[in-house]
Amino acid sequence: MVEVENRADTQAEPAPAESAPKMRARGVNVWYGDKQAINAVSIDVRPEHVTAFIGPSGCGKSTFLRTLNRMNDTIPSARVTGAIELDGEDIYSSGMDVVQLRARVGMVFQKPNPFPKSIYENVAYGPRIHGLATGRQELDSIVERSLKRAGLWEEVKDRLTESGTALSGGQQQRLCIARAIAVDPEVILMDEPCSALDPIATAKIEELIHELRGRYAIVIVTHNMQQAARVSQRTAFFHLGELLEYDETSRIFTNPKVERTKDYITGRYG
Amino acid sequence: MATTGHTLKAFDDDLNQLRASIAEMGGLAEAAIAAAMRSLAERDSEGARLVVDEDRRIDALEAEIERLAVQIIALRAPMADDLREVVAALKIVGVVERIGDYAKNIAKRVPAIEDSPNLRPLSLLPEMGRIVAEMVRSALDAFVARDSAKAALVCERDKAVDDFYNSIFRTLLTFMMESPNNITPATHLLFVAKNLERIGDHATNIAEMVYFAATGGHLGEREKGADTTRPAER
Repeated sequence: MVEVENRADTQAEPAPAESAPKMRARGVNVWYGDKQAINAVSIDVRPEHVTAFIGPSGCGKSTFLRTLNRMNDTIPSARVTGAIELDGEDIYSSGMDVVQLRARVGMVFQKPNPFPKSIYENVAYGPRIHGLATGRQELDSIVERSLKRAGLWEEVKDRLTESGTALSGGQQQRLCIARAIAVDPEVILMDEPCSALDPIATAKIEELIHELRGRYAIVIVTHNMQQAARVSQRTAFFHLGELLEYDETSRIFTNPKVERTKDYITGRYG
Repeated sequence: MATTGHTLKAFDDDLNQLRASIAEMGGLAEAAIAAAMRSLAERDSEGARLVVDEDRRIDALEAEIERLAVQIIALRAPMADDLREVVAALKIVGVVERIGDYAKNIAKRVPAIEDSPNLRPLSLLPEMGRIVAEMVRSALDAFVARDSAKAALVCERDKAVDDFYNSIFRTLLTFMMESPNNITPATHLLFVAKNLERIGDHATNIAEMVYFAATGGHLGEREKGADTTRPAER
């Protein structure tokens, strides 16, 4: 218990001028069977920020990201304790509709995973199953708006009926982002969204993240520290399932407080 | 501040080369101060000319270190204390180059006072020169060792340098009042003292940069020596 309190000291206190956290995690533990993957993590995700999770492989950053929209529910051996709130509401409570939750907290994965359907249907699928559009015209406008926000509209507007899987990797990833945006989420989780992309496609996604910031709270897991430095305002450093340091990105990369963080970001780890 | 090496050894090699080059440049600047002061004390115009010539090596090292620092930033993308160190190196070389210029300026004044009678404040000047040369060396040693405590000590010595300067300033004024013949040599010696005082300030600046590079924080305000720009009390 004492250890948990010590850890809390390294987690930056929110400044009074900032808005209320969009998501709030307190004392979160995750087990895969007997193995504890996440140990007493507490963190606030603010709506106006891009929050980056960094850390070495196996540190738990992706596991923790997946607790934020209950993606770990799909893994039978996974068990989550502690509290995670979205706008003050416990997302692990029995009354929480997981399908609704995942519409409010969308996710983009490492490998672009468009449905084997048309570009249009990829984006229209979510709004349709959530009943967000009353007619074809409204659905058309949601698809157009989402593709525009994802920076893909100009490239695909004349071939909306073509398969999403026929697009380039970078375009597919932006299609997946458009698909996440289409259901009007509040939070977008991105799990290494650029690791399968070339530098130009990566730059486009980073520019997109910059444009989406403010409209959605964004949490991104990345192995590329330069990427975390480029796109995020807050950075969290995970190590062996613990959150060791969480602070302004500029501070983490110029003057981290925790020795382990410094060793990792300066390339001295291990 | 012993730290473990980088996973990528070539990065350590680059940083070590940067530190070695800065140590070399600082050594040249320190030697230039000592040589200039010795030439002054011995009225040795030939020795002074050598100091002026040697300044080119300091300028060349500045360009070399700048190139290396930019290369490290471009190729290694340094972070945290590494980043602060490389940025500090970039700033420090500019300051060391200025220190070299001050030593050169002292040397250039040697021929001008070669034939003048030995003025008494010269007994204070060599000691002042020794202290500022030591400050330059300590500041750069602190840089190479990432030693914030050593850097802080350098800053503390600056007050003594200021006090030396004020003492020499007042003595030289007295000489000038005694005889107009003393005005030219005393003015040159005043500039020498001022140059040494500026070197002390620059060494302090280097120490502050070293402190920032090592800790990420800034040194607090420190006590200043008496100020000659204030009217003397009567």
